[in-house]
Amino acid sequence: MTPILNASGCLDALTAPDVARALDAFVTKTVTPLAREGNPPPRIAETESGMLNSIGLQNPGIDVFVEEHLPRFAALGVPLWVSVGGFSAADFALVCERLDEHDGVDTIELNLSCPNVEEAPETAGELVTAARSATSKPLYAKLSPATWDVAESARAVAAAGADGLSLVNTIRGLALDPVTREPRLARGPGGYSGPALRPIALACVLACAEAVDLPILGMGGIATGRDVRDFVASGASAVALGTILFSDPWAPARVRAELAETTSTENRIRTGQR
Amino acid sequence: MPRDTVSLGVAGARRERLAVLGCDAIGAYSLLRLARGGLDPGIPGQFFMLEVPGRVLPRPMSLSRAPAGELGFLMEPIGVGTRALCSLEPGAGIHVFGPLGNGFDLSVERPLLVAGGIGIAPMPYLAEALGGAPAMLGFRSDHHAEAASLLPGAEVVVEPRLVTELLADDPGDVLACGPEPMLEAVRARVPGAQLAWEAPMACGYGACYGCVVERDGHYVRLCIEGPVLRDAA
Repeated sequence: MTPILNASGCLDALTAPDVARALDAFVTKTVTPLAREGNPPPRIAETESGMLNSIGLQNPGIDVFVEEHLPRFAALGVPLWVSVGGFSAADFALVCERLDEHDGVDTIELNLSCPNVEEAPETAGELVTAARSATSKPLYAKLSPATWDVAESARAVAAAGADGLSLVNTIRGLALDPVTREPRLARGPGGYSGPALRPIALACVLACAEAVDLPILGMGGIATGRDVRDFVASGASAVALGTILFSDPWAPARVRAELAETTSTENRIRTGQR
Repeated sequence: MPRDTVSLGVAGARRERLAVLGCDAIGAYSLLRLARGGLDPGIPGQFFMLEVPGRVLPRPMSLSRAPAGELGFLMEPIGVGTRALCSLEPGAGIHVFGPLGNGFDLSVERPLLVAGGIGIAPMPYLAEALGGAPAMLGFRSDHHAEAASLLPGAEVVVEPRLVTELLADDPGDVLACGPEPMLEAVRARVPGAQLAWEAPMACGYGACYGCVVERDGHYVRLCIEGPVLRDAA
């Protein structure tokens, strides 16, 4: 059965432990070297076919994360992925080095593509190189769909030592107030997610699966078992639920049940046993 | 229906598909009435996430009334979400998740309910839980003020008069809900008041970090820390 995770920033295992336990692994919100308050509100806006967010990597910083949050995450009894962010290669290396000594951390996901903060000056490949030198834990590189050739990014992070790909992050979008024509988010644009992201994510998964020989954690608008089948057919070996968790906290169990049902139905049809 | 009735590890909160019983116009507002199912009505000031058919995100609504077997949500149909909710036909079903967040502290000696506009929403259930309490309500028009019928005996003002003008020098234990400027005005006049805030919210259970408000120089999640907040008096 395809493993089902959460997309980083779409679940807090401390406020909803039962939801985290329903996953095959829990992925934390992105951790940076120093604490961040994040972006001013309003931070979210629903659109016709998705939603925008501009949280801005609000997190307690690596020191508090390691001392206070990590033990509580480890106690959940679910494999733990920690999402790592930063504003330079040195930031990524620092956080990865701190996590490297903790057995409770199974995998590190490098958030190379947050659309709501300033970008590091280095390329994705250089950031992965820095992280690789700091840890021996499995490294997944989370890439943005907002590039002409995502396969090129995939080849670069693979060459730099990434062990897997997380595809995709949100894509930058903008929504305006219908009366004032001012941006609905305080920071202006935000990261667009939800159903509209799904075809974009599928195209990225397919392109990267053909370009590199790395496992792919697929995400972007997944809401049903049928969606999971699409991602697997495009080259994903595991999937993550994001925006759907906001409206349906019990989506992991539901999607897993739908996946089993869809898989068995498709197999019956394929083998002619209707 | 185990798939539709689930716990989260969030105390008391469940998610269940509830049947729409009706939607009654009350002045400029609408009272959406749902069959309660297995949901706990919670503490006044807590909220529920209501699925909006055809939309990506649910909408946070505080509970207005809790007659036997029902949950009643008063809302103003002004956005795509509230308009869709208010056009639901009896017999339709929507997923409802709650109760969530922190409600009002009911252990007060001299309660006074203060609400502006749709801020009246949690007040009927709150008044009932308190066994009756004096109330002051402000509205922007006579049409909106018809909702005062939900709180018999309340003092009512209509703009340009403001509800905060009614506050005495020692108003007692104020429990308030309303637009941000009103709440700020109440906070300035009554430092220890319990204030029910609102914010755009995606999830309602601490997952998205979308609904933050500033408290003591830090952004905190209103769905977890609130929506009822109280400054030290």
